[in-house]
Amino acid sequence: MSKISRRRFVEGTGAGLVATTVPLQGQTAKAAAAVPHTTVKLTVNGTVHRLDVEDRWTLAEVLRDHLGLTGSKIGCDRGECGACTVLLDGKNVYSCSQLAVWADGRTVQTVEGLAQNGKLDPLQEAFIEHDGPQCGFCTSGQLMSAKALLNHNPHPTTDEVRAGMTGNICRCGNYNHYVESVLAAAATLAADSRRKA
Amino acid sequence: MNVAGKSVPHESARGHVTGEALYTDDLVTRFPGILHAWPVLAPHTHAMVTRLDAAPALEEPGVFTVLTAADVPGEGDCGPNRRDEPLFPKEVMFHQQAVAWVLGETLEAARLGAARVRVDYEPLPALLTIEEAIAAESYHVGPVHLARGDASAIESSALRFEGELAIGGQEHFYLETMASIAWLDESGGVAIESSTQHPTEVQEIVARVLGVARHQVMVECLRMGGAFGGKEVQSNAYAAVAALGAWKTRRPVRVRLTRALDMALTGKRHPFLARYSAGFAADGRIEGVRIALYSDGGWNLDLSEPVLWRALFHADNAYYLPAAELTGYVCRTHKTSQTAFRGFGGPQGMLTIEEILDQAARRLGLPPELVRERNFYRGGDTTHYGQIVKDAGRIETIWQQLKQSSGFDQRRAEIQRFNTGHAHHKRGLAITPVKFGISFTATFFNQGAALVLIYRDGSVQVSHGGTEMGQGLHTKMQQIAAESLGLALEAVRIMPTRTDKVPNTSATAASASADLNGAAVLDACTQLKERLAPVAASLLECAVHEVRFGGELVCCDHGSVPFRQVCEAAYRQRVALFAQGYYRTPEIYFDQQTGRGQPFYYFAYGAAVSEVEVDGFTGGYRLLRTDILQDAGDSVSPVVDRGQIEGGFIQGVGWLTLEELVWDAQGRLATSGASTYKLPSWSEVPDVFQVSFLEGATERGGIFGSKAVGEPPLMLAISVREALRDAVAAFGAGGVVTFASPATPERVFFAVRRAVAEREALASPAGGAARR
Ligand code: FES
Ligand code: FES
Repeated sequence: MSKISRRRFVEGTGAGLVATTVPLQGQTAKAAAAVPHTTVKLTVNGTVHRLDVEDRWTLAEVLRDHLGLTGSKIGCDRGECGACTVLLDGKNVYSCSQLAVWADGRTVQTVEGLAQNGKLDPLQEAFIEHDGPQCGFCTSGQLMSAKALLNHNPHPTTDEVRAGMTGNICRCGNYNHYVESVLAAAATLAADSRRKA
Repeated sequence: MNVAGKSVPHESARGHVTGEALYTDDLVTRFPGILHAWPVLAPHTHAMVTRLDAAPALEEPGVFTVLTAADVPGEGDCGPNRRDEPLFPKEVMFHQQAVAWVLGETLEAARLGAARVRVDYEPLPALLTIEEAIAAESYHVGPVHLARGDASAIESSALRFEGELAIGGQEHFYLETMASIAWLDESGGVAIESSTQHPTEVQEIVARVLGVARHQVMVECLRMGGAFGGKEVQSNAYAAVAALGAWKTRRPVRVRLTRALDMALTGKRHPFLARYSAGFAADGRIEGVRIALYSDGGWNLDLSEPVLWRALFHADNAYYLPAAELTGYVCRTHKTSQTAFRGFGGPQGMLTIEEILDQAARRLGLPPELVRERNFYRGGDTTHYGQIVKDAGRIETIWQQLKQSSGFDQRRAEIQRFNTGHAHHKRGLAITPVKFGISFTATFFNQGAALVLIYRDGSVQVSHGGTEMGQGLHTKMQQIAAESLGLALEAVRIMPTRTDKVPNTSATAASASADLNGAAVLDACTQLKERLAPVAASLLECAVHEVRFGGELVCCDHGSVPFRQVCEAAYRQRVALFAQGYYRTPEIYFDQQTGRGQPFYYFAYGAAVSEVEVDGFTGGYRLLRTDILQDAGDSVSPVVDRGQIEGGFIQGVGWLTLEELVWDAQGRLATSGASTYKLPSWSEVPDVFQVSFLEGATERGGIFGSKAVGEPPLMLAISVREALRDAVAAFGAGGVVTFASPATPERVFFAVRRAVAEREALASPAGGAARR
């Protein structure tokens, strides 16, 4: 675990966090005040990154703003919607509510890492086939929660899909299509593994 | 039909599932040196700004500049209709209104800078509720009138009653918050990437603020992560801030609201207060209604006037009102500027008449579904504004089919048995209809345009005036172009919506965009086929009229050539391979003075049956089953339309049962995130959910016989509210049941308490005697 506690993180995100001020004039670019940095090792979609991150950066910020992985979306900025869901060591987490330093040494999978060598994951295929996305903004989060679900429960029932994905809001209300998509992907995966066996 | 009418994948489906589909704020890292904006928020609900000193903010490391009224080269007002939306207000009109914007090298710097801008305020008293606004006669609009017949008929009706219904608003909570990026283009103009339903209006407002002609401003919308009306006019201000920032600093500027800011700053669905009196015959037929609708417009006019009109137009829902006296007001309060939201006033108007009908039924001791049915429009009827109800017979057809397919009558009996056997849990069942007018009520908005480009290899680019927000508009446009030109879907690429491709567009709104832009796309494709046909005829050595387009080929009876070959030949023969398409809706008009006209091209119909179970101890409930039958005409894209129906219904369920906006006594929005504002989630989907389309529903005049489907299904959720009322009634002794909207578990709980108390009072000897 990193030296930043969740408590300090939460305290630090309030508007009260004021860095030391360096007086500067007018319309010139100013250097940001020194803030604590840490070098972390993140394995993102199979690629190892060594990154110097500010301790206050969230995992979502690092993925989107520094690694250019904009597939994970920010819907609420604070752990209420699921649009930013990624897998951290295989478990679905809200990347907006994780500090990047907490992910040091760990493995992150984002929506960009689902397809392998240009071949879509069965979940992605099913999401297309069953018209999961409407506006698509919740979709990457839905996919990652679905991925985590199928990883530990390859044969979910409808209720288990609903329960497993409760942390992901879809404002377009396309829940039924998402359920159908996940069940269809589970069926495909089951058929695939039978074929391989 | 080859691709139209088929269930094809969403145009961006692959991009959505791979993360490659880009939204406005995904572009930030493509702009080196971009500045980030954060607003300075007023901590008052109503106040004068007496002093604003930005200097301390400039001391903050990383702050680049502060935007204030002094920076505006043009006119600092974003109001689309009235000039009543100052970008940098001197008078604060709602809690947390932005009075200045700080631009920083990082978002953090801008935020810290904003905290250091010194603003002095002189607080003023505020109006927070519709009742307060009525008492103070604080109106943006009103009274406006719409009437038919003589409503004094009520006075001689067998049943007369009056009442009041408070209808809550709704937060859009489009999953993608407001976002804009502006930069200066290579030739000194300003370019804006904006999450907006109305790029043309963003262009207009930005040009106004910068004091430049509109040709200096280009606005693009790639797609939106949901909008639901919330980005019809409300995107303007944020695009204007980004554009002004870019203009002043010569650097790209990003405005992206956090969720908390978006909820605090942007407008919502209008809360309404309906006051009514009604007269009914003993058999349940309406004899007359008087309805006054007061909407809470918030601090400025916004789209409140057409929203109010649509509410008045829909105060009949699917019912013939022989005598109606409707009055409308838009109240001016110190709240966010309430705005368009799926249904656009229609839902509030319809909820009011459904409330009246249910009350009449219970007072008369008739089944609510029977009272509803008795009042349906029949063929040849006109509305209270004088429009013939086209295809009125579909209301009855849908109703009967749905009652049949959902097993309505038999389930009524089962529910009665269940309710008799359960003292503390009651089930309720209701069926409600929807009739929703399609077209913008401001006639001039009803135009669509498109630009279709064919390249020599036979591939096609389509630009059209509509924006994609998840409703599947681009998918439909792709299908229409591919169908018309006889191509595969992949041969047609839908381009991002840009004001320099198609100018002077209307907002993507009023459910009409597929009709308007689809007809324009078809018009362009038809012109191109007319130009290509002679070329193909000469290649095929056949007559021009024999030429057909299909299967990537251009054919006649005895042969075919690939489409691409015809395009290459046409190019060499100097035939223009691009065309602009245009469409204006015929036959529609409305005169506000006389309150007469034909504001809608057609009506979209539907009905829903919902069944709920209420827990009398808690007021909690479960949506057990919903059956929907929707008239979507001959759907161009059934899978897209099914998503719209299900999603619209779920959003309506949210509005009517869960989503409650709470403002505290100081006018602060207490529900500022999904943790305090309950959105429909997985558990709110009905356990059984069946959606079907009305068969044989070709809409003459609709594109490929289809009908609009974006908004109408939202109002199918009224069936859930009515089912809840039915369940609550089962706790009581058959009296009327009222509760404000939304029917949250809390409200249902208290309604159950009242119903139980009524039954107990009747059961006690004294109560019984009193009643006699
Ligand atoms: S953005 Fe992370 S949960 Fe909403
Ligand atoms: S598809 Fe729009 S929020 Fe889910």
